Amino acid sequence: MASLSFSSSVSSSTPFLRPSAFFLKPRSISRLPLVRAKIREIFMPALSSTMTEGKIVSWVKSEGDVLSKGEPVVVVESDKADMDVETFYDGILAAIVVNDGETAPVGAPIGLLAETEDEIAEAKAKAAAQSSSAPSATATKVEESAPVATKVEAPAPAVAAAAPATPGKVVATPYAKKLAKQHKVDINKLVGTGPFGRITPEDVEKAAGITPAPKANVIAPVAPAASAATSTASPAKAATSFPEIPGSNVVPFTTMQAAVSKNMVESLSVPTFRVGYPISTDALDALYEKVKPKGVTMTALLAKAAAMALVQHPVVNATCKDGKSFTYNSSINIAVAVAINGGLITPVLQDADKLDLYLLSQKWKELVEKARAKQLQPQEYNSGTFTLSNLGMFGVDRFDAILPPGQGAIMAVGASKPTVVADKDGFFSVKNKMLVNVTADHRIIYGADLAAFLQTFSKIIENPESLTM
Amino acid sequence: MQASVSLLCIPLPPQFTTRSNSNLRLCGLRKEAFGFCSVSQFQNRGSHWTSVVSRKSRWGRQLVFSASATVADNGSVHPTTFDYDLVIIGAGVGGHGAALHAVEKGLKTAIIEGDVMGGTCVNRGCVPSKALLAVSGRMRELQDEHHMKALGLQIAAAAYDRQAVADHANNLASKIRGNLTNSLKALGVDILTGFGTIVGPQKVKYGKVGLSDNVVTAKDIIIATGSVPFVPKGIEVDGKTVITSDHALKLEFVPDWIAIVGSGYIGLEFSDVYTALGSEVTFIEALDQLMPGFDPEIGKLAQRVLINPRKIDYHTGVFASKITPAKDGKPVIIELIDAKTREPKDTVEVDAALIATGRAPFTKGLGLENINVETQRGFVPVDERMRVIDAVGNLVPHLYCIGDANGKLMLAHAASAQGISVVEQLTGKDHVLNHLSIPAACFTHPEISMVGLTEPQAREKAEREGFEISIAKTSFKANTKALAENEGEGLAKLIYRPDNGEILGVHIFGMHAADLIHEASNAIALGTRVQDIKFAVHAHPTLSEVLDELYKLAKVNPHATKQLCEPVAL
Repeated sequence: MASLSFSSSVSSSTPFLRPSAFFLKPRSISRLPLVRAKIREIFMPALSSTMTEGKIVSWVKSEGDVLSKGEPVVVVESDKADMDVETFYDGILAAIVVNDGETAPVGAPIGLLAETEDEIAEAKAKAAAQSSSAPSATATKVEESAPVATKVEAPAPAVAAAAPATPGKVVATPYAKKLAKQHKVDINKLVGTGPFGRITPEDVEKAAGITPAPKANVIAPVAPAASAATSTASPAKAATSFPEIPGSNVVPFTTMQAAVSKNMVESLSVPTFRVGYPISTDALDALYEKVKPKGVTMTALLAKAAAMALVQHPVVNATCKDGKSFTYNSSINIAVAVAINGGLITPVLQDADKLDLYLLSQKWKELVEKARAKQLQPQEYNSGTFTLSNLGMFGVDRFDAILPPGQGAIMAVGASKPTVVADKDGFFSVKNKMLVNVTADHRIIYGADLAAFLQTFSKIIENPESLTM
Repeated sequence: MQASVSLLCIPLPPQFTTRSNSNLRLCGLRKEAFGFCSVSQFQNRGSHWTSVVSRKSRWGRQLVFSASATVADNGSVHPTTFDYDLVIIGAGVGGHGAALHAVEKGLKTAIIEGDVMGGTCVNRGCVPSKALLAVSGRMRELQDEHHMKALGLQIAAAAYDRQAVADHANNLASKIRGNLTNSLKALGVDILTGFGTIVGPQKVKYGKVGLSDNVVTAKDIIIATGSVPFVPKGIEVDGKTVITSDHALKLEFVPDWIAIVGSGYIGLEFSDVYTALGSEVTFIEALDQLMPGFDPEIGKLAQRVLINPRKIDYHTGVFASKITPAKDGKPVIIELIDAKTREPKDTVEVDAALIATGRAPFTKGLGLENINVETQRGFVPVDERMRVIDAVGNLVPHLYCIGDANGKLMLAHAASAQGISVVEQLTGKDHVLNHLSIPAACFTHPEISMVGLTEPQAREKAEREGFEISIAKTSFKANTKALAENEGEGLAKLIYRPDNGEILGVHIFGMHAADLIHEASNAIALGTRVQDIKFAVHAHPTLSEVLDELYKLAKVNPHATKQLCEPVAL
């Protein structure tokens, strides 16, 4: 491991002239004008010419440690090796801004160096301000701490270890101390719930507001009675337990499946209602036969029809984002649900009202190919304002769709089937009819809105010439 | 684990004693029933069982002595005034290695064991600990979601069954013990049961408590009695919450929080086991740094990988002055004092404490006083040829001591090597073992291994003797196989003389380091120089290329003399 030095900046200091390995940036402290710059920032050094960001392998020093010039302070991972980074200044490591295992861009402050003890508090305040201004960094941190056995790196024992042996001694387990340090929880203020009143990792996680990760590795599946006295029963973590069926096979969700699951659960927070409508499709079927050789698909026909109806009923194309207002979308983007390799994705036909049927069909073909190849760009599957789901090709005559979060309505299209109908003169005839069923967010779309929309939609389907225009 | 040979005088439970006693009688009767006429027949069939029986009966019943001597298939045929050419006290790895080599060299050999065959290594050391470490390595891998994901694997939560893990360790020990015992029997080494005591020159008595002793004479005697866990005073071991490695290997329970006193090989390996099984660990180390004894650079990296990211904290520069086992509703309480000032410093409350402060030689009751030998802190003083030195500094003829009992290098394979060296000398070939060529390994995940000098030792030697040293280093991140396994964390380091290419030391931290070190230890043992070994070919892609890389990085003066020196160990 090579070792090299970073430099930390002094706001009023002279500009530096050192090799590229270190980094010095004059920094104005307008926020605290009264203090003469005694707090230096420790920056992520550039360890190679190609390095744009670096990962903190571990802090060799802990907050509060006294540093002397030339001492290694932090280990940074470069593309080739881990390097010890040294300080050029004497001082006290007042605050660690970027923790072990986290990444920071080259030149970003990763820690603060105070010259005297008096400045530690001020430096800490500054560090807190810095970390709160970078919420994304905190988010990663929380995420990283979740799995139990993965790398949660922290160097020396935590602050509490320095406490003298007194009767009121705080006892915390090694991992609890590491977590406390990582999440900046003052361990002395916690009440331990572990055996002998000790502070457990769960106590720290609770204080830091993290859901405790399941302690899966310690569970002994058989012979629980065999273990000795001190083993504490680990509390049941799962909310519900289902009876175990022998021979069952657990397959974790893929990323796509996990996303679907998340969206479905989220959808439960929206008050929805459904309106169904029978539509005669003889004219549409005739048109389809005509345009099919030109590459037009039924999906494109239905999307186009829906888009044209939405132009007349903008509220059905709206979204309720905050529960207090309508968000009218400027374009009509029809998302179409497609089952793909055990997953579900909704490629979006953007501006479906503006494109002609042939362009729409062509666009749809491209989108499906991209979806199969997993090459859809995010705006190609998440920009929908209205969703179309068609199970008609399976012979399904009617079904109920779940409204995806962020949209006002979804249309479920059933199969078109020959049906006996009586006209107003009492003549029976057989016509092809399909049932469409729209699920909508009742906060913004009311029954009459949906009924009017469906009426328009059915007129378009029953007189489909306008679709080709 | 730095354990080698066996101890002899653990009192056996009475029922055991009785049973083997009756066995002995039965053997004797059978022998008589076969009669002399069947001897040649059995000899032809090469039944070792028969020859062993005859030997046992010989000691049980002196009258068949002459007959069974002709049956012997391991002994020298020329008449001798001694019962044996070689008697080894202690059937651990050291005694076993010596016995096998002695038979190969045609010596009539017996081995005395008072406890279980196999000694510490097989029963309470290296062997069962490897079983536990095999489990911990897999657990660690299965729990490392990041690692699994990087390989494209999805694993649901891994769990373990403590009793099954413990059984695996115990079964392995039984199996290896069986193999070891059978290999001795197969070669016709006599296994004499009881505690061996030296009663005079070339004379050993052995026997069990409460039974009459037997005396055998031998041309040469090797002491290979090994060591036991060292427990500093003030520490009360109850075998339940305050334990030594002997208890820990039985894995009777997995505490939530365990303190490990001592951060050497044993402590480090157990920290790997316990943290993988879900415990949190607190190290207590008397020196200022964890992992003393390792090359500092390796130690630093090892700490970064094996300690810091795990649920481990530590107190350094402190002694555990008093450890009280958990009782009366209180946890285990450890009182810490400053290692230098001896001032009370802190107390630690944990669920269990493992004492891994090293091992003490097991040499009591050996009867060394009968031949005027004084132990030093329990160790038997020996010269470089393992010959025992008496109280006035003279060599004791025909008496040798190998393994942990002499304290030169407390490793199982070192004991065995020393035993082989002694047998070489006994059979007329002078031999001095080069201890610097003996590798050592710590089976953490990843492993640590080393041979020869550490960098500070090499620098000190270089200064003293006036030569230069150079260092070559390579990372496992540069090795294809390591990257394929997604195990790029690791460092290999070569310390050598640039003037003549002599390898002074090699240190490896990384995947399979324990298996990789032997190329370097063989090179040191054979006196191979860097500039020669660099032309040896390594298969690609293998981890062994890490060493290849080291040799190729080394810059040796092109005018280096052709022959470095005589190979040190032959």
